Amino acid sequence: MADKRIYEIVFIVDPGADDAEVMKLSEAVQKIITDQGGSIAKIDMMGRRQLAYEINHQKEGSYVLLEVEGSGAEIAELERRMRVNDRILRYMTIRVDLDRRRAQKFKDRRARKAAKRPLSGKAKEAAAEVEKEFAE
Amino acid sequence: MSTDYEERDSGFGFEREYERAGGMGGRGSRRMQRRKICRFCIEKVDLIDFKDVKLLQSYIPERGKILPRRISGMCASHQRMLAEAIKRARNIALLPYAAN
Repeated sequence: MADKRIYEIVFIVDPGADDAEVMKLSEAVQKIITDQGGSIAKIDMMGRRQLAYEINHQKEGSYVLLEVEGSGAEIAELERRMRVNDRILRYMTIRVDLDRRRAQKFKDRRARKAAKRPLSGKAKEAAAEVEKEFAE
Repeated sequence: MSTDYEERDSGFGFEREYERAGGMGGRGSRRMQRRKICRFCIEKVDLIDFKDVKLLQSYIPERGKILPRRISGMCASHQRMLAEAIKRARNIALLPYAAN
């Protein structure tokens, strides 16, 4: 039974590390996950940013975002490793599959309701225009 | 605290509407209730992402506090989503906890 839980992991790397090191660190993190049996869905190097408050007396940090599919065991192991690593200032893991599924359900329900009550004439044109506006 | 909102210009409009509606908000026996519609309900947003700092920043004025529902005009469920997203963003240092 595949678990298919989707997590978003954000972690902040010490600004002292240059881009190559950040890349290497993120690859090491990805390797931990794949070794445990998870899979990486998305990687995003959000780059260097100003922190909203000081962490460990640092004002800047490099953000990395990963989207991971897997079960809780990989995340537990990953967090343990990240806690030990001195280069990683802070990390946050969020489970997103439930929220996304619920958002998708609302969207589908709205689409079904809109299709069931066919608008006619001016109302239909107005609705189509509004849809186009918000689609861009 | 209401005077803070009046003096500052956030470019969003609901602060100015607060001025218009209540005068010197708090003075007088009756406070005007604005029937404001939730912006997210109009746009039909289902997920508020904590990484969307630009969007979230419009809901935390100067001191960094989360705007209450009666000022931002949100519906309950979107206010909850927004508050959760702001708290997550604060956790990961994308937004401040308290800005002076």
